[in-house]
Amino acid sequence: MIPAAFDYVAPTSLAEAVSALSEAGEDAKILAGGQSLIPVLRLRLAFPSTLVDLGRVDELRGVREDGDSLVIGAMTRHSEVMDDPLVRQYAGLLAEATATVADPAVRHRGTFGGALAHADPAGDLAAVALALDAELVAEGPGGRRTIAARDFFVNYLETALSPDEILAAVRVPKLEGFWGVRYEKFHRVAQAWAIVGVAAAVRMDGDTPGGSIAEARIGLTNMGATPVRASSVEGALVGAADRAAVQEASSSVAEGTSPPSDLGGQADYRQHLARVLTARAVTAAAGLGG
Amino acid sequence: MTEQLDAGLVAGEIAEHPDALSKPYAGGELGRGRRRKEDAKLVTGQTNWTDNITLPGLLHMTVLRSPMAHARIVSVDVSAALELPGVIAAYSGADLADVQGALPCAWPVTAEMVHPDHPPLAVDEVRYVGDGVAVVVARDRYTAVDALEAIAVEYEQLPAVVDMEAAIAEGADLVHGDKGTNTCFRWPFASGDNYAETVAAAGDDAVVVKRRFRQQRLLPTAIEPRGVVVAPIAAADEYTVYSATQIPHILRVMLALVTGIGEHKIRVIAPDVGGGFGSKLNVYAEEVLALVVAKKLGRPIKWTESRSENYQATIHGRDQIQDIEIAATRDGTLLGLKVELLADMGAYLQLITPGIPILGAFMYPAIYKMKAYDFHCTGVFTTKTPTDAYRGAGRPEATYAIERIMDELAAELGRDPMDLRKQNWIRHEEFPYDMVAGLTYDSGNYEAATEKAEQMFDLAGLRAEQERRRGDNDPMLLGIGISTFTEMCGLAPSRVLGSLSYGAGGWEAAQIRMLPTGKVEVTSGATPHGQGHHTAWSQIVADALGVPFEDVEVVTGDTDSSPKGMDTYGSRSLVVGGIAIHKATGKVLEKAKRIAAHLLEAAEGDVEFSGGTFSVKGSPEATMTIQQVALATFAAHNLPDGMEPTLDSDYVYDPENFSYPHGTHLCAVEIDSETGFTTIRKYVCVDDIGRIVNPVIVEGQVHGGIAQGIAQALYEEAVHDAEGNLTTGSLVDYLVPAAPDLPHFDTGRTETPSTSNPLGVKGVGEAGTIASTPAVMNAIHDALRPFGVRDIAMPATPERVWRALRHDDGTPRDASGTVAYGGPSTNATSGGTS
Repeated sequence: MIPAAFDYVAPTSLAEAVSALSEAGEDAKILAGGQSLIPVLRLRLAFPSTLVDLGRVDELRGVREDGDSLVIGAMTRHSEVMDDPLVRQYAGLLAEATATVADPAVRHRGTFGGALAHADPAGDLAAVALALDAELVAEGPGGRRTIAARDFFVNYLETALSPDEILAAVRVPKLEGFWGVRYEKFHRVAQAWAIVGVAAAVRMDGDTPGGSIAEARIGLTNMGATPVRASSVEGALVGAADRAAVQEASSSVAEGTSPPSDLGGQADYRQHLARVLTARAVTAAAGLGG
Repeated sequence: MTEQLDAGLVAGEIAEHPDALSKPYAGGELGRGRRRKEDAKLVTGQTNWTDNITLPGLLHMTVLRSPMAHARIVSVDVSAALELPGVIAAYSGADLADVQGALPCAWPVTAEMVHPDHPPLAVDEVRYVGDGVAVVVARDRYTAVDALEAIAVEYEQLPAVVDMEAAIAEGADLVHGDKGTNTCFRWPFASGDNYAETVAAAGDDAVVVKRRFRQQRLLPTAIEPRGVVVAPIAAADEYTVYSATQIPHILRVMLALVTGIGEHKIRVIAPDVGGGFGSKLNVYAEEVLALVVAKKLGRPIKWTESRSENYQATIHGRDQIQDIEIAATRDGTLLGLKVELLADMGAYLQLITPGIPILGAFMYPAIYKMKAYDFHCTGVFTTKTPTDAYRGAGRPEATYAIERIMDELAAELGRDPMDLRKQNWIRHEEFPYDMVAGLTYDSGNYEAATEKAEQMFDLAGLRAEQERRRGDNDPMLLGIGISTFTEMCGLAPSRVLGSLSYGAGGWEAAQIRMLPTGKVEVTSGATPHGQGHHTAWSQIVADALGVPFEDVEVVTGDTDSSPKGMDTYGSRSLVVGGIAIHKATGKVLEKAKRIAAHLLEAAEGDVEFSGGTFSVKGSPEATMTIQQVALATFAAHNLPDGMEPTLDSDYVYDPENFSYPHGTHLCAVEIDSETGFTTIRKYVCVDDIGRIVNPVIVEGQVHGGIAQGIAQALYEEAVHDAEGNLTTGSLVDYLVPAAPDLPHFDTGRTETPSTSNPLGVKGVGEAGTIASTPAVMNAIHDALRPFGVRDIAMPATPERVWRALRHDDGTPRDASGTVAYGGPSTNATSGGTS
């Protein structure tokens, strides 16, 4: 299909982009990698007046260290994130989850920031951002502000960004010490969306493998209108030192969630999967398998 | 090189480029794994898809489609669309009612069949989501799409008819109100002994197993959606129709019949076509509309389908409910089979919609000997996209049902499912064998294919592992599935098609033209859309005429240059079209031999032909190559008296019988009982498709076919909601597996030549699709049988498998108390039917 007509601007700096977005008004849309937006346009499910294309804003791309955090430009492509040495070293969970996003073609176009700003609860990276306590840096006419990931995802496809703000970067605190990570994605074919995904990061007591869990962070994909941080389970997992204890602690992960019932699965099945996948993700991250 | 032209007949002063002449034939073409001639242009983007075609003054057509499954059209107002700059024309169905004709159905399976009028654009009522309501013609594609939104349609909603069983119940809402029924046809077919009497006569010794299987609706998903370009020459009332079709020849006839334009005024070209799987074996509304509009406007028209349109407006596949009953004696000897079929036609009858389940009717008994067979099919109208041929077309459904129920019968009898098959199949020494369904299978060797497959698979080893793991209560469940399939290929003997009320014959045409330089042009009515015809035909011709493979050029897909044909579907191309080519080469050789004898001054009976060279018995120096004969014929200086100076031949081949490829496919799955996720661990197939022309092409067909069959078992399903909306309307929700989702295929072959044609070939286009679905589903059921699971609907999604492993209250089922291959089954009865 062919999109309806729209105006198009392609700024080359973030400042230009912010003013272009303000000038274009509230019916404007930001075009990042386009992997969600363009299909929606082609199906004529959206009719933006203007697309502000961030593809030429070089300052929004790349990964750098900033003290205890990594700063990942919002326009950094999935393929760049998953192969980035800093990401692999300090945010292995993000690298692992990004490698499961869609297919290679999508990963070479789609961007980290675009995926988060789109806020599809079935997307893999929002749960990871939650689990890693990421901060999202937004730039608008009023200047720059930082939003914690747990405050960022407001509702289905809705974020804390105001219409005139652009997501500029994502600050991901480095995981230091012995952290094990695992992203368990359950989907029917390789390029499909997750039916359920579980992002787990686990720090072991004494910073060595084989002990008990000292700290756990769990993010859930597609278990509600927004990505979910499973805080209660995180607490229950502390002290778990074997698979049985992990399973026991994981059994409450679905409590309070409202996953969708759709072609991908009924809600009760998703809740069951969340329990199974959480136990598997934590067990693997903690090295408690076998 | 030049000594090959020693006669100097015409070369004379012309300097010959060394490559202009032929190298000697090296031999061994048949069975050689040639890379496909087609691939270089495919992988370098030098293809000519319909959407690539552009013409001076080209206009773009778009179709406004119904958003409702069933509604009366109150009004269609195109006036606002006409006001948009760039819009040339816009028509409602009513505007075109006098000229658009009705889309054809060429297979009235019974005299009483209900055959509703099928206007290309709906006039009074829309009957499925996607039914065309109006068309726009504009200078560019963007405007043509924009203008659709300016058309105002007022609908009065009517009840959707979605479920087949509800559709034929008393008092059901009607799809076609004027017909008074949603039943399209009833087609009874009893063959052999009477089924009920046979079972009754066996008394207490009879074991009867019944199952209901659903063939879910599938979306064919050719990688290239449809498209059509019509180029008129208005002054001459002549039309060139480019279409992404499998059937340019049939389309030409049908467009003439539908529109009233003379057949001789229509040229149809199928350019490069990106797959079809049966979905382009049809005559579609947009083809007719583009032609009608091009005639009206006198301008070239293009329409290109989007994927969303493709899922709504291109035919769907399968969608049958199968009630199957199989009867055997307690020792496992099959008595008979009873099939009660509901087949969803959709809202209208497309080209061969009603014939698809009928094609399957003859295949339910498969490879098994039995005395009684009772088949009955009811065709049902619903307010959904019409169904029609989809890879295998009737045969996958039949094969699935028989192979699944053979496993269920084995379980009921406490027998190994392979042993039960071996007990009942036709032994190789029994061919030709007259089947209970009326077909005569010409050849086969099920024992050989199965033995080879069992070895490749390590069937015994896997069974032992399964037993051990079941004993350990392994939460990963190992299942082993068998599919010992056969199919009927080579559609079809024209007389058989006539007896089934099909509207045309099943022959295929070929032409060979020897060019002066010894190169060969071949035309074929079998029109490719990805199969590799040009490669295979080149090999057949090279082998027969003794010319190099590279010297053969194949011409297809244009009713001007390859004017006769029945096109490509039903694994018929090699078995019918390839034989036509082989026979045409025979006619060329026959004539060439007479010319060679004349020029070599020998008696025709003394001339022999081998490796591209004619020679005279007893005179080793008296030889002529076929290229020399071609040149001499072209020059025509010295031909036998009265002989036409051409070395061309035509052949139209009408097969005498179908061919019957068969094979044994074995599949091992691992099911994660915690999530229900199925992983195919091992897939082995041994196909017997007779003589092989090109093993590379065969391998490709088998791989693609297996993938498509696995897709039906595990992934694909077209889902409609209660209002008749297709909820799997894009590739986001309609899950087509890709390479990462599929296992390694361990392929093998046995070669039992068909005795029905001179090359011994059988056809391979659908084998993998037919065989693999039951192999996978039998493996899943084998894994789950200890849990008392009886049948899982396709696709066997993780959620369906997970739910099957639980009781209704959500607690997990356990595997205790049941034994392998056994266990009571509440749906089975002994001592007769019930």
